[in-house]
Amino acid sequence: MDRLTKKQKKDLARIVISLIMFFALMIAEHTGLIPHAHSGNPAVIAAYLVPYFLAGYDVIRKCLLGIAHGQMFDESFLMTLATVGAFGCGELEEAVAVMLFYQVGEFFQGYAVGKSRGAIADLMSIAPDFANREAEDGSIEVIDPDDIEAGDILIIKPGEKIPADSTVIEGEGLVNTSALTGESMPRAVQAGEQVISGCINGDNLLRVRADKSYDDSTVMQILEMVENAASKKSVTENFITRFAKYYTPAVVIGAVILAFIPPLISGNFTGEFGKWVLRACTFLVISCPCALVISVPLAFFGGIGAASKKGVLVKGSNYLEMMAAIDTLVSDKTGTLTEGRFRVSSVTAAGGYTEEEVLKYAAAAEAGSSHPIAAAIADACSDKFPISEIKDEENFAGKGIRAEVNGRSVLVGNRGLLADKGIELPDADAGGTCCYVAIDGIFAGVIVVSDMPKAEAKQAVSDILSSGVRKIVMLTGDSESAAKSIAEELGLSEYRSELLPQDKVFIVEELIKEAGNGEDPKRKLGFIGDGINDAPVLSRADVGIAMGSLGSDAAIEAADVVIMDDNLMRIPAVIRIARKTIGISKANIAFALFVKFACLVLGAAGIANMWAAVFADVGVAVICILNSMRMITSKGM
Amino acid sequence: MKKKFKLIDLDCANCAAKMEDAIKKIDGVTDASVSFMTQKMMIEADDAVFDQVVEEAVKCIAKVEPDCKVVL
Repeated sequence: MDRLTKKQKKDLARIVISLIMFFALMIAEHTGLIPHAHSGNPAVIAAYLVPYFLAGYDVIRKCLLGIAHGQMFDESFLMTLATVGAFGCGELEEAVAVMLFYQVGEFFQGYAVGKSRGAIADLMSIAPDFANREAEDGSIEVIDPDDIEAGDILIIKPGEKIPADSTVIEGEGLVNTSALTGESMPRAVQAGEQVISGCINGDNLLRVRADKSYDDSTVMQILEMVENAASKKSVTENFITRFAKYYTPAVVIGAVILAFIPPLISGNFTGEFGKWVLRACTFLVISCPCALVISVPLAFFGGIGAASKKGVLVKGSNYLEMMAAIDTLVSDKTGTLTEGRFRVSSVTAAGGYTEEEVLKYAAAAEAGSSHPIAAAIADACSDKFPISEIKDEENFAGKGIRAEVNGRSVLVGNRGLLADKGIELPDADAGGTCCYVAIDGIFAGVIVVSDMPKAEAKQAVSDILSSGVRKIVMLTGDSESAAKSIAEELGLSEYRSELLPQDKVFIVEELIKEAGNGEDPKRKLGFIGDGINDAPVLSRADVGIAMGSLGSDAAIEAADVVIMDDNLMRIPAVIRIARKTIGISKANIAFALFVKFACLVLGAAGIANMWAAVFADVGVAVICILNSMRMITSKGM
Repeated sequence: MKKKFKLIDLDCANCAAKMEDAIKKIDGVTDASVSFMTQKMMIEADDAVFDQVVEEAVKCIAKVEPDCKVVL
């Protein structure tokens, strides 16, 4: 109980004193020291009123203020009405007990919520507390991170948090990115490299120049996003909010009916009225929807917190809910399922050229391209043409490139491009991505480049499929044979190859219609990409997941779920977290509704008394909160 | 303009939902949220009337939960 606020300590003291007084009164009454509570003795009533007011004065005050402000139907009003009703009926013990146990429940509720809030704050304790700024004369002052301006020189001592996104000027060392990425391996940095705010410096001193102010830095963006996530409500949360709006008035009307109709029907107003009013009071106690209103958002909040601990930012409860309902997961290939680093695996020459010549011409033609294949060919070619020999470059997006090299026209690209230009090609198509090379309109050779799947890709694919996703579809602009070999290696049942960027959006739209075979509109489609060149697809999919996004504002902006490092295993982990969150919130809803309705029915029949009603209200709330807190405290997810 | 405020002693989740509803109805407010979990209120409103809007919002909060304080 170390996190108690002042108010909580005061409340606790009040509750304990009233409890002691209440039990003393009960004992005194049962041992015959004082007259029975039902005797109507004014001294006894006064004695019971003391613990009642001590425990519940703030509730009564709130109730009166509520009435004065025209905000009647809140918990305080209902509790006051119920307990005053019980007093009116002479049920002194019940009145005091209800107020007391309501307060005990409220206390636990407040404590549990405060604790989970603290647990989440710990998860998000990536914000730096201070920064060391070096002034022009070399002196160092400690400043608030808010005061950092771009261009400031900052000193980061060993073990300190990096306060703003910056570039290292002096020093080298290892920085721990685990708070942001969930990755336990520290990252090596040296002068000239960028470091990201929120990471923890290793054992060496770093001197850095701030690239951004604190507000624009990664750490603030992440914190803002997690805080805002709570405002993007899930379908479940919206259901609860709507439900709560109708539930309370409905139960109150039910209570009024219960108090007046049965005595009216029986005609025995004087004898029966008190009994029915008491039952109506039981109704009022149950009528607060707090268990649901607190525990469901708490579960989502915990789920988002648990995901962020893994280095995954979920931008809203609604996206977490959709992650749990993913039916089809569409993935980009290059850089997502594969390393994204191509290597030339074979060169076949034709038409009298040597293999070196084919590479040399292809490398020259691709010299101006930033495509990863171009980089692979450049890497493989040791003897390059000077830049001055290359001119008239022409780019065919997604197909290839043409350039004038050393006075000869070189065309490098896929099969389709060369066929379009009327160049005769051999039939064979080797595994991997084939770059066909034609010089002066005649086929000169094939360069095969291949890309390795990520080490964890196969495991991730099988984990995703066993976590309830029906199918994974791989999309790629690459050749059929390259796509096929990767798909087979990873165990993917479906892939689409040789796509142009605009085709991807089209295919995703088609797959969204197919998700759940059109029978179950709740089934969703997720898309995984690197977030840089597939922004349109990311936003078109129900849930867009961007990978390897640490430091990339564009990716963080475009995606709904942001994976900071590029580890594919984060995806099945988030799906599991999402499913657990949904499971917990559904269990809470079912449990709370069941207990409440059971109590309402039993209360109307006179079987459940006010004690049961208090349990149905605050007891259920505490149990639901504890259940939701599993989301935050659970390990090994 | 969009601004965030910290709330102290916001004790009930249902109250937070009520506050949010009430604040959204204030003239000039384009968006508002009251988060029970983070104990924060976000108000987005026209610049010209922003200060009045905040004043109104503080009143709304006091109406729903008299003990809840807004840190301005």
